[in-house]
Order: sequence, then C-alpha cells, then structure tokens
Amino acid sequence: MAASGAAVRGGGRAFLSLALGVSLLKCLLIPAYYSTDFEVHRNWLAITHSLPVSRWYYEATSEWTLDYPPFFAWFEYTLSHIAKVFDPEMLNIQNLNYASPRTVLFQRFSVIFTDVLFIYSVYECCKCIEGKKAGKELTEKPTFILSVLLLWNFGLLIVDHIHFQYNGFLFGLMLLSVARLFQKRHLEGAFLFAILLHFKHIYLYVAPAYGIYLLRSYCFTADKPDGSVTWSSFSFLRLIALGFIVCFVSALSLGPFIAMNQLPQVISRLFPFKRGLCHAYWAPNFWALYNALDKMLCIIGLKYNLLDPKKIAKASMTSGLVQQFQHVVLPSVTPLATLICTVIAMLPSIFCLWFKPQGPRGFLRCLIVCALSSFMFGWHVHEKAILLAILPMSLLSVGKPQDAAIYLLLTTTGHYSLFPLLFTAPEFPIKVLLMLLFTVYSFSSLKTLFRKEKLLNWMETIYLVGLGPLEICCELVFPFTPWKLKYPFIPLFLTSVYCAAGITYAWFRLSVSMLPGPAVSKAKLQ
Amino acid sequence: MKEWHSMTIAVLVGLTVRWAVSLNSYSGAGKPPMFGDYEAQRHWQEITLNLPVQEWYFNSSDNNLQYWGLDYPPLTAYHSLLCAYVAEFINPDWVALHTSRGYESDHHKLFMRSTVFIADLMIYIPAVVLYCCYLKETSPRKKIANAFCILLYPGLLLIDYGHFQYNCVSLGLTLWGVLGLSYDWDILGSLAFCLALNYKQMELYHSLPFFCFLLGKCLKKDLKGKGLLLLIKLITTVVAAFALCWLPFFTQLEQTMQVLRRLFPVGRGLFEDKVANFWCSLNVLLKIKSLLSPHTQLMFSFALTFLSLLPACLKLTLQPSLRGFKYALVSCALSFFLFSFQVHEKSILLVSLPVCLILNEVPFMSIWFLLVSTFSMLPLLLKDQLALASVGTTLGFGVACASSFSIFENISEEELQLRSFSVYVRRHIPGFKVPAKMLKTWFLVSVTMMSLLTLTSITVEPPHKLPDLFPVLVCLVSCLHFLLFLIYFNVIILWDHRNGRSQKKIN
Repeated sequence: MAASGAAVRGGGRAFLSLALGVSLLKCLLIPAYYSTDFEVHRNWLAITHSLPVSRWYYEATSEWTLDYPPFFAWFEYTLSHIAKVFDPEMLNIQNLNYASPRTVLFQRFSVIFTDVLFIYSVYECCKCIEGKKAGKELTEKPTFILSVLLLWNFGLLIVDHIHFQYNGFLFGLMLLSVARLFQKRHLEGAFLFAILLHFKHIYLYVAPAYGIYLLRSYCFTADKPDGSVTWSSFSFLRLIALGFIVCFVSALSLGPFIAMNQLPQVISRLFPFKRGLCHAYWAPNFWALYNALDKMLCIIGLKYNLLDPKKIAKASMTSGLVQQFQHVVLPSVTPLATLICTVIAMLPSIFCLWFKPQGPRGFLRCLIVCALSSFMFGWHVHEKAILLAILPMSLLSVGKPQDAAIYLLLTTTGHYSLFPLLFTAPEFPIKVLLMLLFTVYSFSSLKTLFRKEKLLNWMETIYLVGLGPLEICCELVFPFTPWKLKYPFIPLFLTSVYCAAGITYAWFRLSVSMLPGPAVSKAKLQ
Repeated sequence: MKEWHSMTIAVLVGLTVRWAVSLNSYSGAGKPPMFGDYEAQRHWQEITLNLPVQEWYFNSSDNNLQYWGLDYPPLTAYHSLLCAYVAEFINPDWVALHTSRGYESDHHKLFMRSTVFIADLMIYIPAVVLYCCYLKETSPRKKIANAFCILLYPGLLLIDYGHFQYNCVSLGLTLWGVLGLSYDWDILGSLAFCLALNYKQMELYHSLPFFCFLLGKCLKKDLKGKGLLLLIKLITTVVAAFALCWLPFFTQLEQTMQVLRRLFPVGRGLFEDKVANFWCSLNVLLKIKSLLSPHTQLMFSFALTFLSLLPACLKLTLQPSLRGFKYALVSCALSFFLFSFQVHEKSILLVSLPVCLILNEVPFMSIWFLLVSTFSMLPLLLKDQLALASVGTTLGFGVACASSFSIFENISEEELQLRSFSVYVRRHIPGFKVPAKMLKTWFLVSVTMMSLLTLTSITVEPPHKLPDLFPVLVCLVSCLHFLLFLIYFNVIILWDHRNGRSQKKIN
C-alpha cells in the first residue's frame, strides 16, 4: 500500500511538473506572432462589453463579426471586465487592430489561464484510462504518456498560444465530458457537452456519437447476452432527464435571442454557407484530393486538347488563394452533397455503436470517427479541426497497439498540416522544434509501451519520413526558386495533398477498426 | 524509453526554450545613440568586414573606439568577420561602413539570433551532452536529468538569447577543455581552453585551475621523465594556439600592445553599474571609489583576489584530481568575480558554468547557486525588457530541477560533501553537526526574499530619492549569498581527502 501511495504521489508530482512546465512554455510564447484571430477576439471583447445583448449578433463595424454561439459571447463578456483593468482602450469597437503590449499580455494570459480547465480534464482522463500493463518506471506508464501527449500537444500549443484561439478550455470541456461518461456519470457528461456545443458549434461534428451512445447505453438499461438491445429495458425517466438537460442548457443560451426574435440572425451568423468548399489553404481532406484530381485532369485535358481553354476561368488555375474554387472537369460540390457524404461516412460506426456497443471505449472510437469523417467531407473545413480527432485519439493510443499506429499516422500528418498556419520566419524554428519534440516523444514512448508489437509497416514509415523532404522543399528550397513568383501556391498545394493522403488512410483504418472483427478474433477473446 | 531518445527530447526542449526567449527584445533595442550589446556585435561585424586587420583595434576616422570599439580578443573578431560575410551575402546594408550604425529590423534580428543559435548548437550543446553522457557512477536517468537542467540554466539563456552575447562560444570551448582534461587528452583540452581564452579574455577566471591542474599532473608524473615531456607538449600547444590566433597582430609590437590595452581597460575603474561583487556592495557602506586612489584600488583588489584564490590553487597543484579541478574552477571563478577589478554582472556566468558541472554531486547547493546567479542579473534583464522571459525561464528551471533531483531529500552531511569537514571539526568541538534542517529553512527564506525582490522590482516604482534602491538591494542580497558560497566551496576543496586516497590506491 505504501509503495502504491508513493507511486501515486510520484505520478501526481510528475503530472504537476508537466502541467507547470508547459504553462511556462506558453508564457514564453507570449511575444510570438499572432494571427488575425487575435483581432477577432479583441473585437468580440469590445462588442460584448460596450453593446447591449440585443446588438451582439448585428454589430458589423469590424469584418470579424461575432460568429460563435452565445455562451462564448458571455465568456468574452466576462473576460472584458478583467480586460478593463489591463487596458480599457481594447474595449472600444472603433479601435480596429488595436494591439498594445498590455492588450497582448491580457489576451495571451486569458488563454493560458483558461487552459487550467484543460489541465484538470487531462488529469481526470488519466485517472479513468487504464492503459495496457503498468510499466515499472513512472515515465513508461500509460497515464504518464497520455498526460504528455495531451498537455504538450503540438497542435494545441501552436493554434492556441501562437496562432491565438481559445481551444484549450473548450477541449477541456470535451475531454471532461468524455471522462464523465467513462466514470458512468452520464448526466454530467451530457450536461458538459451541451454547454460545450453552445460555446463553439464545431463540436456538432461529434454530436451524433453522443446522441446515439447516450440513447443506447444510458436510456436502455440492459442488453441481451449477445449485446443487442433489449427494447423492454427502455427507461423513460432517463430520456426525460437527458432531454431536460439539453433543453435547459439551450434555453439558457439561445432563450434570450429567441425572446428578442433574433434566432434567424444568430443562426445565419453561426453557419455562413456563403464561404467556399475549401478554406484558402485547403484542409487536408477528401476535397483537397478531389480538387487536386480536378486540376490534374484539367492540365491533362489542356495538353491533349480535350478541353477548350477559353471556357476555363483563368483564376482557378493560377492562384490557390481564391476562396471559390471552380471545378473544371469534375462536378462542383454543393453543401448538401458534403452533408450527405459526411453522414454516409459516419453511418457504419454509428450503426456499430448501436448494435454492438462496446462501452465507453466504443463510444470514444465512434466520436473520433465522427470528428474525422466531418473533417474529411465537411463544408469549408479549417485545418485546425483536425485537433478534434487528434486529442481524443490520444486516449485510445495508449490502449492498443493498432490504435497507437493510427494515432502516430494521424497526429504526425495532422500536425504537419498545421505548419502553414505559422508562415512568419521567426516562428519557423519554433514550429519545427516543437513538432520534432512532440513527434520524437510520441514515437519513442508508444514504441516503448508496445515493445513487442511492430507499430508501423514500411509503407507507412516511408510516408511519414517523406514529410521531412516535403518540408525542406516547401519552406527552405522553394522560396529561392524562380517558380516562387509564378506558382506561389505550389507549397500549400503539395502540403495539403500529401497530408490529405495520410489522413484519408488514417480515417479509413480507424473506420475499419470500428467494425466488429472477424469471428476468429472473437473466439480468441472468449 | 531508449536513452538517446530521452536525450534528444531534453536537447529539443532546451532548443525550443532558447528560441522562444530569442523572440523577446534585445539590449538597447530602439535606444539611440549608443544602443546596446546587440549593436556592439553588429558594429564589430561592420568593422571587421570593412577595415584591414591592422586597423581593427585602433582609433581612426573609420573606427571610433568610443562607439563600441572592439575590446575582445582576436577570435571574437574572426567570428564577427565570419558572420559579417554571411550578413553581406544576405543584405549588404546590415554591415555597410558608417551607414549601418544602429541598423535594426526584424530580418536583421532574425539573422543575429540565428548566429547565436548556430554557435550554441555547434559548440555549447554538444559539449554539455557529451559531458553528461560520460559522467561516472551515474544512472542513465540521472545523466539525462543532469543535461536537461544544465541546458535549461536561465542565466546563460537570457544573456545569450535575450540580452544578446555569444557566451555560449567561450563557455562551450571551456567545457570542451574540461572534457579533454577528464579523458586525459590534455593537449586537446588545453587547446580548447586556449581558444576559449582567445575568444573572451574573461575566461582568465578559469585559467588558474587549468594551469594548476595540468602543472600538478606534470609534477605527479615526475618532472624528470614523463612529466617533463607532457609539460613541453603543453607549453608548445599553448604557445602555438596563441601564436596562431594573434598572428596578424604580431607584425608590430605596437599592434600587440594596442590589443592588450583594449582587452584590459584598467582605467575604467573598480566596477561599473551595479554588480553583485564585494566592492560594489562595500561601496554602499563605504565610498571606496572616492576614498582610495585608482592605483590603491587596483592593488587591493589584486591582493584580495590572490589571497582568496591561493588555498584552492595550492591544493589543486599538490593533489591534482578531476573532482578537485571542478571545485577549483568554481571557487577561483567566484573569487575573481567577487574581488577582481572591472567586473561585469554578466561575468557570473563564468562561475555558473563550473557550478553546472558539479550539479550531480551537490544538487541542492548548485541549484541554489544557479538561482541566485540568475537573480543577480535581474537589474540588467529588466532594463532589456526581459522580465517575463526571466521569470518564465527561472520558474521553468526550478520545476525541471525539482522534478529531476529531489532537492530537499539530499541535504545530509554526506550529500553536501561535508563529511570530512565535520569529522575534523568534531575533534575540536564534540557534537558538531552540519545544520541540514536549518539549511532547508535558509533556502526557503532566500528563495522567498529573491521572489519578493523580483516582484517589487517589476511592479513598484522606486522612491524618488533612491532611484537605485532595488538594484542595490539585489546586489547586496546576491553578494551575501556569493560570499557564503565561496566559503562553502573552499571548505569542500580543503577538506577533501577522499580523492587523494583513492588516487593513491589507483596508482
């Protein structure tokens, strides 16, 4: 007992050091480059602080209008009261692009401090994930590895603390709700997730997994011996409790706007379908491959005179920075088509969750598949959305070697695809070093954890190693070549297509892993 | 996890923190007409690139020595020249004669920062990694923890990547020297140290232990046979290294003399600014600068330095041992820092380097010293607007040390290397014990005091009558610490019998 107590204390101390260490690193990153998202959030501070609630979703002085759900607006409203102490000038709506040193300090610290919620959630997750076997050394234990993988996550670090966003505490809410589901505190988990949805609606991507899991494994209290649903065990009370929680949270968030008859305006701000299929920099998903194929067919067509050059809009060929990408050969994609593709991609895993529920782990897997499917086929997906799959995947990675392999593929490719976010020269070494740090750690720790299994085959290894030369070509060699002026989009194009291949592969493998295994392995398990 | 994986991670964390610090401001940013050390380094590139070697150290219409004239030894000048070639290739405006004065731009900052980064990566970091990998009687985990803490030492990091200097080169070369001596490659070791000395004359702080250790080695090997051979080899190496470095300046006697005059500016006074050494602290009570003539000051400082050096050097010459050598490096550098003439606050880094080398032997005391040494540079760092980076890296260093070495559990007599001393004292005062518990309290008091002083220096405006109140307080507190540390390290050196005996056994 004494020994295990000491181990727990040692683990707690190590966790504390990791959390403190990464927080201090975040503090050191305060003077780094920040993107326009910094101004976005400053503007929201100003809007929520100086205008009545009724005008929050109508204000349009800055081009960065409020387009997050109400809870986030209230969050900014709360922050603005602290911001007053730092520099009241940042709360002026007319002060566009205002960034005094105190403003920067305040905004950066607000991200760092709200990350405390993330740290707490990671702690909770580590408690409920019992990984493979427990190694002898503290640093070889799954819980320790998991806490590093989450706390020191490269993507979260650069997106939140360099690029500037508030993903930390939002992911904290998500992980906490996942942890609560693992701990069988379903109502709490549902409550947290409902709150999260009203903070940032991108988490709708994973809502199907929550809905189906809670319905199947919480509202139905018993299973048949073969795992299929016992219809008679349905508990109305539980369904009503869940429904009440969701309605209560939604009423709290949207109620005031419904009362003011502003719901359509809020909705139109939250879902701007006027933007194109892909972001300026194509997120590495299925549509990036689709676009690339279209471009290739177009070039081939022009070469062999199968296409009429006059009919092709010149803009779509020369610049990768055009928002509305026009397909030349392949049919254009509508928002409805992306929605249908996404649903089809999610369906198999949702079915599995319903017909073969495998407890919270099955739910987690389904959640990741949902997140990744939305990333793969969604409309106007940002490259940052890959974090929605990477972070929960960390929880699975310390459990089984197959999951560890998928995780390594997904994170390495996904993190690399975030590189174009930081394009300024002083941040180049930071991103490369942090990426190396995280990649070396994830590979070596997971390989130590699954000592006996071979994680990646030769093809996957070659693919991942290929990221190195790709980076050298895109950021070190290409700027010095004459093509830089003529084809400035080539590095982004290459990065996006190369990463899309890896992420598609990871998505495919993950989806397959969701399906029930062949009979042989089942027999073995029993 | 494999050992070299962990080491890679330790190095990568060190590099990341380094670059993160380099995003901050540098000394004299946007402060014409003199700017700061950053401009000094840029100016040296300009001078070395555009003027012939003979004019580098001389005042002329093209080379105003009042404006950051070159006052480091030739190797620094060559390094500047090398950087200048690269700078000229990228953007000739950066190093154009006269017109480039006070040149500042984001691209130039990036270039200057990367020159430090590359020098560090090539010289200092490999030396630290190698040193830790070959530590004797240490588990692999401890080696990595050791390297991790040394690489995160905030003082060097903040001065090189924040304030802007190339201390990593001279300290790295010294470390290569120590490495060489540890493996009995005395020639290579002394060559590396000669290069360090020719990069920065402040390395003289380390020269006596090097000299005494090598001399002691020769004496032990019998001066008539092998010892003499080694001595001749060493002398040849040193003379050759110096001759090579100084070759362009040996053409005329006047050249050599001028360089020497530039290197040792005796006329600049006993101390400058606020430095945490004995004289500056004494000056608070007793205005020595006005009481004594410059010549007397020089004599006094020389005498005091010599006296404080003497025991450690004598002991090392008579009983040369690697362990004694490391401690002697600490104590001699500390004596120089406390008592010698014209000391800068940044010179404490010369003491910190050898303290890093004994981190695994006396973790508690070393960590304490390293924290105090960073604290002693606080006024300088605040002037460079590095408050956030200083607090961040210092706390980070604290966290790294606390998780690598369980510091509070290692304060026994044995762990403090004071066993033989207390045995000796017990002969005269029975029942004497090293006050380990009290040390812990002192440590906590000292850390609290330093944190409070840091906090007030950052947030509170000093009273109008005493504008220098906080810097002076910082100096006094650090100086008191350093004096006590000097006594402690000397006690270890003088009562160290273990090595003498074990050496005899081996022989």
